[in-house]
Amino acid sequence: MQMDDTIIERMEFLAKLSLSSAERERAGKEIEKILSYVEKLNELDTDGVEPLVHILPEVNVFREDTVTNEDGRAMALSQAPLQREGQYVVPKTV
Amino acid sequence: MELLRMQAEELSGRIKRGELTVWEAVNFYRERAALAEPETGAFLSFPEEDALKRRADEVQEGIKSGRYQGRLAGVPVAVKDNICTKGLRTSCASKMLENFVPAYDATVVERMQAAGMIVLGKTNLDEFAMGSTTETSALARTKNPWNGRHVPGGSSGGSCAAVAAGEVPLALGTDTGGSIRKPAAYCGVTGFKPTYGRVSRYGMIAYASSLDQVGPVGRTVSDCAALYEIIAGNDPRDAVTSKKEVHIPWAELSGAPEAVERLKGMRIGVPKEYLGEGTQEEVRKAVGETAVLLARNGASVEEISLPLTEYVISAYYIIACAEAGSNLARFDGVKYGYRAKEAEGLQEMYRRSRSDGFGKEVKRRILLGSFVLSAGYYDAYYLKALKVKRLIKEEFDRVFASFDCLLTPAASETAPEFGTSLPDPLQMYLSDIDTAGVNLAGLPAISIPCGFGRNGLPLGIQFIGNRFCEETLFCVARAYEELRGALPAVWDKEDERRECSAGRRKAV
Amino acid sequence: MQEEEKQYETVIGLEVHVELSTKTKIFCGCSTRFGAPPNTQTCPVCTGMPGTLPVLNRQVVEYALALGLALHCEVNRYCRFDRKNYFYPDNPQNYQISQLYLPVCYNGEIEIALAGEREEKENSALPEAAGTGRKKKIRIHELHMEEDAGKLVHEENGDSSLVDYNRSGVPLIEIVSEPDMRNAEEAVAYLEKLCMLCRYLGISDGKLQEGSLRADVNLSVRKAGCRTLGTRTEMKNLNSFRAVSRAVAEERRRQIALLEEGKKVIQETRRWDDAKGVSYSIRSKEDAEDYRYFPEPDVPPVVISEKWTEEIRGRLPEFREEKEARYQKEFGLSAYDAGVLTQSKHLAELFEETAVLCGKPKKAANWFMGELLRLLKEKGMEPEKLMFSPKHLADLITAAEQGKINQANAQKVFAEIVERDVEPLSYMKEQRLESLSDEGMLRLAAEEVLAGNPGLVAEFHAGKEKVFGFFVGQIMKKTRGMADPGKVNALLRQLLMRGE
Repeated sequence: MQMDDTIIERMEFLAKLSLSSAERERAGKEIEKILSYVEKLNELDTDGVEPLVHILPEVNVFREDTVTNEDGRAMALSQAPLQREGQYVVPKTV
Repeated sequence: MELLRMQAEELSGRIKRGELTVWEAVNFYRERAALAEPETGAFLSFPEEDALKRRADEVQEGIKSGRYQGRLAGVPVAVKDNICTKGLRTSCASKMLENFVPAYDATVVERMQAAGMIVLGKTNLDEFAMGSTTETSALARTKNPWNGRHVPGGSSGGSCAAVAAGEVPLALGTDTGGSIRKPAAYCGVTGFKPTYGRVSRYGMIAYASSLDQVGPVGRTVSDCAALYEIIAGNDPRDAVTSKKEVHIPWAELSGAPEAVERLKGMRIGVPKEYLGEGTQEEVRKAVGETAVLLARNGASVEEISLPLTEYVISAYYIIACAEAGSNLARFDGVKYGYRAKEAEGLQEMYRRSRSDGFGKEVKRRILLGSFVLSAGYYDAYYLKALKVKRLIKEEFDRVFASFDCLLTPAASETAPEFGTSLPDPLQMYLSDIDTAGVNLAGLPAISIPCGFGRNGLPLGIQFIGNRFCEETLFCVARAYEELRGALPAVWDKEDERRECSAGRRKAV
Repeated sequence: MQEEEKQYETVIGLEVHVELSTKTKIFCGCSTRFGAPPNTQTCPVCTGMPGTLPVLNRQVVEYALALGLALHCEVNRYCRFDRKNYFYPDNPQNYQISQLYLPVCYNGEIEIALAGEREEKENSALPEAAGTGRKKKIRIHELHMEEDAGKLVHEENGDSSLVDYNRSGVPLIEIVSEPDMRNAEEAVAYLEKLCMLCRYLGISDGKLQEGSLRADVNLSVRKAGCRTLGTRTEMKNLNSFRAVSRAVAEERRRQIALLEEGKKVIQETRRWDDAKGVSYSIRSKEDAEDYRYFPEPDVPPVVISEKWTEEIRGRLPEFREEKEARYQKEFGLSAYDAGVLTQSKHLAELFEETAVLCGKPKKAANWFMGELLRLLKEKGMEPEKLMFSPKHLADLITAAEQGKINQANAQKVFAEIVERDVEPLSYMKEQRLESLSDEGMLRLAAEEVLAGNPGLVAEFHAGKEKVFGFFVGQIMKKTRGMADPGKVNALLRQLLMRGE
């Protein structure tokens, strides 16, 4: 798998990161090396193998529909870098 | 020094019998840590002295009133800094969370508090637990207490170094691909990674959710078991925790003959793939000697094969990075953590905050994780890894049908020197080969010191058990510990040094 | 409509989000109540605090299953959640827990009722629309559970938006239809039907205007007879049935115009501006997100047994169509009345109980169709808000039937029942609204009136029927309106005949 700048830039966009061009070049090389290593998995025939997500057989773990939480505003905003009128502040989204 | 040599359980016993106050115990370790820290650098933060004193007094009261009666009541404990502590900064050793103070305790912390333990401080780690040396920490450098030119291992490097240096009797670490077991081996302490789902992850800041597990780090198997007993068990706030009952084999853990007796007829497999080329000769030798020792005492030890071992690292890093990329998306400068100043617009705010807030290794894993999940590559990488994960799990299952546990190295070599691991990320990833398979299969495993390499650094072996068979694992580990005999601690070296310098002074 | 437009067929599929009326959020114990001050209904979980984990609300699964069964879906015995990854401030984790790979239900269908003669004629040239009749089946592709996002408020004068996570984590069900609709009427009928089902199931308020039901319209056009689908657009921000209807018409027009000019329709997401009656592009496929879905590791799978499914099926209510049919058959109501009475499940239940209690379903229906609907309209009240006990209304109907109260007074009492659920019999007594049932008193009054107007009596006998009404009026006056007009009529005729 060849990691050109376009792919890395696309990943930066998706992951909301910005690399300098030097960083990008280095990251590209390193990721390319890692990917070429992990492609080792292709040696294994996995046809018909069901992907394994949850290692434990646990299923149907539920909570009941009862309100257990009280006013969480102070907690929610306690660490906010910017807040106003009980809300988080972000650069305008429209 | 007498206090220092005590096992955690013994320390608690003295406190409960009134021979020692909680504050005396806490303050002893607090002062020891204060002395050792400039050299070790294991801790990232400590509670205020007042708060610590109040907590010690509260525990003292609780012991008196009978509220705290457990094995570890009154014992100080260190907590890895990716586990949330209410009112005490939890940074993940990242600039991103440098000032983050959680409003809640992790379940494991709550449980330790309820058992009358005292959080002595928060320990250093690889940033967001991503690393094998604790060198990716953005906030501090932790040195190996045995030799300051070497790393403590990671990611729970701070917790292992703190225990090894005698700054605290017990600590919590987290293990996603070996992050408890590898630093435990490098630092010469015991580290235990429970079966996936045994210990609640609520309040542990996730790296890779399907692999993460909190576990104890201590000086002995029995101390680790005691802490594990406190933190383990179903938690309604972590839906993947098992409801299976936790049972600790206390008879074997406290009685050496009982433990050794349990070895009889125990079937122990030694997978040859864990002793391949990449493994240092002295590590291989240590495993061989351990096998012989166990066999001589009644265990039936056999070489076995786990052919899929060579695929472990590939599957592990694909899955871990995919989950990490998603788990770390929440750090965006909006709700908590670092936010870039004067960024123009939302996108810029996101990208600058995250680019400045995260270190190189974290960014690399996030990018890698995004890639393996992205359109067009999902099947080839992520889905393939999930399929291989199943094959690896099934391979372990087959082995555990005829073996009680496995014996492997905990790390292929002794602790490397600073600066030798990070330049080649792939090489660093490959060093997780002894430990990561356990996480993929959700197995419990324990890392125990087994001696020292020629460079004077600790060597560690690992016992791996079947899912939920912690009891067997504790028995084997305790038996081995007994047969191995006592190993010198870092402070024995200190004593030596002190004696030397005293001698020198005399000579002058 | 221009000639060329007629050659095009519209193809519509809907993605509908239904906000569930559970007490708590999908993954934490925070309340879902509306109208709380910003961020007060939050906890570490639904604000995405580090280290927190989701735990699934059982009720959400049961509601999703109920709706799935009502939509005749197949149930995924093994269903799972997935993470949908994208950055946006209304989403505290920057991923949404949703279902992509193994949604709870799939492959369903619902039948919609169509009234429009006009629409049918319009499309009669098209193969699919031919022979549509009054009913049409719309296939359901799938139905899945997910969490809602928070709310963003944009500052008027300033460069910031404010984030409120009270809605973050409120449970949603998304229902994805197949592209089976061909015009606005069908789309609206489909939506109305979904709203109705949700309300009958009691799983949601199901209101488009209030956002508890949100519809995105996927629309494409193609030349009649063409088998392949055209490029579609996705239309958002449709807050009323009228908006859906107008947006469909406008988007159809826009796409046809593009094609007629030889241009291409671009696959994109558009936002409808109902005030201006136009839509504009908000996202094209090129800069579309790559959501990098993967199985949610923190939520164990949900295994839905046959037994659980049957339990839920057993609890399904009688739906509108079944009720309508039964009301016609059992109560002898007209199709129209049955339709009106079953518009709201609550209204239907009130009616049914009243009908059974008074034993006169048709009379009960008359009261509901006439007086009750008039009152609701007058007060601008929704049937859901009605609070009276059917027993009271049934007692009133019985009293009226027995002539214990006249129609005018019964209406007064009825209004009081609707207003504050009064007990009719004691209220009638208290307010002296009972009819004069004493035959003797009534006869006396009538005789007095006739005796006092001999001239008019003579006129009546001479064939002037009109004066009859005058006598009735006089008697009513004498009895202060409490006489039963029916009885007065009968008695008066009797007396007049006798005097002949």
